[in-house]
Amino acid sequence: MRDVAVIGVGMQKWGELWAKSIRDIWVESALMAMDDAGVDHIDSMYVGSMSPGLFSSQEHLESLLADYLGQHHVPATRVESACASGGLAFRLAWMEVASGLSDVVLASGVEKMTDVSGSEATHALATAADMKWEGMSGVTFPGLYAMMAVAHMHKYGTTRQQLAQVAVKNHENGSKNPRAQFPMRITVEDVIHSVQVADPLNILDCSPITDGAAAVILVPADQVKKYKKPGVKVTGSGHATDTIALHSREDLAAIRAAAIAAEGAYRMAGKTPKDIDFAEVHDCFTIAEILISEALGFFEPGQGGPAAEAGWTALGGRIPINPSGGLKSKGHPVGATGVAQIVEITEQLRGECGPRQVKGARVGLAQNMGGSGGSCLVHILEVM
Amino acid sequence: MPPARAWRNYPQLYRLEAARCTKCGTVHFPPRLVCSHCRNRSFETFRLGRTGQLVSYTVIRTPSAEFTGQAPFAVGIVEMDDRVRLTAQVVDVGFDELRVGLPVRLEFRRISAEGESGVIHYGYKAAPVRG
Amino acid sequence: MAAGIIGYGAHIPRRRIKVEEIAKVWGADAPSYKKGLELREKSVPGLDEDTITLSVEAARNALARAQIDPAEIGAVYVGSESHPYAVKPSGTTVAEALGATPDCHCADLEFACKAGSEGMFVAYGLVKAGLIKYGLGIGADTSQGAPGDALEYSAAAGAAAFLMGDDDDKLIASIDETYSFMTDTPDFWRREHQFYPSHGGRFTGEPAYFRTVTGAVRGILGKSGMKPADFKYAIFHQPNGKFPKRVGKMLGFTMEQIDTGRLVPTLGNTYSGSSPLGLTAVLDVAEPGDRVLMCSYGSGAGSDAFVFTVRPRVRETRDLAPRTRWLLDEHVRYIEYGEYAKLRRKIRMAE
Repeated sequence: MRDVAVIGVGMQKWGELWAKSIRDIWVESALMAMDDAGVDHIDSMYVGSMSPGLFSSQEHLESLLADYLGQHHVPATRVESACASGGLAFRLAWMEVASGLSDVVLASGVEKMTDVSGSEATHALATAADMKWEGMSGVTFPGLYAMMAVAHMHKYGTTRQQLAQVAVKNHENGSKNPRAQFPMRITVEDVIHSVQVADPLNILDCSPITDGAAAVILVPADQVKKYKKPGVKVTGSGHATDTIALHSREDLAAIRAAAIAAEGAYRMAGKTPKDIDFAEVHDCFTIAEILISEALGFFEPGQGGPAAEAGWTALGGRIPINPSGGLKSKGHPVGATGVAQIVEITEQLRGECGPRQVKGARVGLAQNMGGSGGSCLVHILEVM
Repeated sequence: MPPARAWRNYPQLYRLEAARCTKCGTVHFPPRLVCSHCRNRSFETFRLGRTGQLVSYTVIRTPSAEFTGQAPFAVGIVEMDDRVRLTAQVVDVGFDELRVGLPVRLEFRRISAEGESGVIHYGYKAAPVRG
Repeated sequence: MAAGIIGYGAHIPRRRIKVEEIAKVWGADAPSYKKGLELREKSVPGLDEDTITLSVEAARNALARAQIDPAEIGAVYVGSESHPYAVKPSGTTVAEALGATPDCHCADLEFACKAGSEGMFVAYGLVKAGLIKYGLGIGADTSQGAPGDALEYSAAAGAAAFLMGDDDDKLIASIDETYSFMTDTPDFWRREHQFYPSHGGRFTGEPAYFRTVTGAVRGILGKSGMKPADFKYAIFHQPNGKFPKRVGKMLGFTMEQIDTGRLVPTLGNTYSGSSPLGLTAVLDVAEPGDRVLMCSYGSGAGSDAFVFTVRPRVRETRDLAPRTRWLLDEHVRYIEYGEYAKLRRKIRMAE
């Protein structure tokens, strides 16, 4: 297997992009990545998108987007693993370059979520749960994570304030990210008194509905000198699944797929949690960041809440989590999120992040997951 | 939803028919073709008892399109006395009565209806055991 | 060989609304309604409860008392005036939920408030004839009165289910006599596609309810050679609190005989479930040897009357399922008219 590096990244400001269609958004970010790398041709491309069918009434997306990118006849593949679609697209692109099959591969993700009503979007997202045996109860995604929160609070004594602190920290980080959808700063009080969604989670515990795309260019590590920017090496990749029905899991207060995917990525990279300088994780809900910070081995089970409250995950803390603002502040166009995490890590490792720069960052970790933890990807990237 | 999608699961939705692995005894609800515990492929069918307890819960206040008229409503994960878990709405309960460990009993309820003219779907919901 | 009830069960939704709460909305005088109807509150079904769900829960309770294999049920009859479908039986869903399919006869019955006792009558008749081993008759309704109409104060929800059989050691109460009385009397009706029923006002009383119930009871007394004093309990259809008391008095029954099965003051009128639910409340407390009279009434108009003799097995089965008074009195939750209007789909929603 060849070593692989990220050589270019692209992502626009996310938000409610009323004037842009799914193809506009995606082509814009793909072109930014190609320009960043300095390439005008790709050998192959992967698009992570959870549900263009339900959100945009458009399937067969990969060929449509290859055409609109002006890359006629290139092999193109759409990848779906719910909210982990982007992370999975990245892993497959990495595999294709590592295998020696292609030299310039585009990994990307996109979701256009505002072309349907809020309740329709909630339904589309809910299809990432077990629609038959969970869905018939009317449980939503916030509802599933709320039940994980209740279980975590019951088992470990995690508090409402600790959950809220995750959102406060991520909005603080997002306020320094010009691409964030919701860059405003918020307080714990704001979170606790915001509109109830699924008890105990309120609207400010939840990632938003977002239009957006992200793209990166992958090349063999030994060819990075041909390109404009310094390469960032992919040193670990882990991928795991779990039951998509939350009720089938033994421990509701842990995300096992994340721990298994992390083990795989750590082993491949020869790293331990202590070697990680910062992480971009899947904070679709505040409780998710707490669960993931434990699954990745940054904190012992049950310590994710106190760690968030103590500021250990803030910029300048022991292990900064989500310097980009995370899904919470930056936005969460589901299929694009996993790739946007790679964009942030690449820019951090290149030292391009200005006020939100993690000082001296050399090793970054990206964790992206689907559903209530039914799929998970972990990638480790390092300065070359 | 075409009627067949619900109809094929009436044994589970109406009668709580589960499968017990003949090799390791693991209970599966709904039944499966392969035991996820030991990969055995033979099972015996039996009916779950209707009682269990909540292992977690939430109150859905912002529902998806299909459930708009029902919100707010409680949902829980129920650990059945037969040692299998399922997700169900929790009905006839004050939201402040919800707690981990709450004893519940599955009742036969309307799950959803396809508008005013379509098929009505029935199944199970959990109600607190009236002591 | 004797045949009769081998299992009985009731089910009542947990929500209640008080007469005052309804009267407040329409500017009506609550005390006069309470006095006129002898009714204080009524049960209200949830959005997820209908005739089918109430029937299943009542029938499960009947099965718990009968302790038989549901596959041996040879007939399922659901009597209601609020079947969820105009076309498609309620009984098939009920039978499927119980595990009585496919070797089973099934029909939905409708005869205003008499449909429940019809199911009991037919199931009993088939057992008696030796055509089936066990038969299930259910009376259930989630009836609606038009907003502001007098019926709105009483139209309630509930179900009662009776398993009929002729195993002597399984009988909880034998059926010793039956009698039906029926004429064409249009006192209450609901046309196809109409949401709310219409009624003939005071015409529903003398020429309808009272003529029919007294006709049926006098008929069964004559047929069986019995007199009111022979009965420990008497249950009459109870559209309100007053009618069963008055008809009992007219026929020579005492309040003591009537009150055990008169649930209407805190339940409301459960239509097809009305006198059958009263019977379940009586069986919950009756002792072996007690004679029980039940007489239903359905507008249109007709009555089915039954004479029961309670058997010793009543004692060992009554606590195998919830007792009816307990369902009626415990764990109830009072709601306001706003929630009531939402649950009864009286609020026009977006498409």
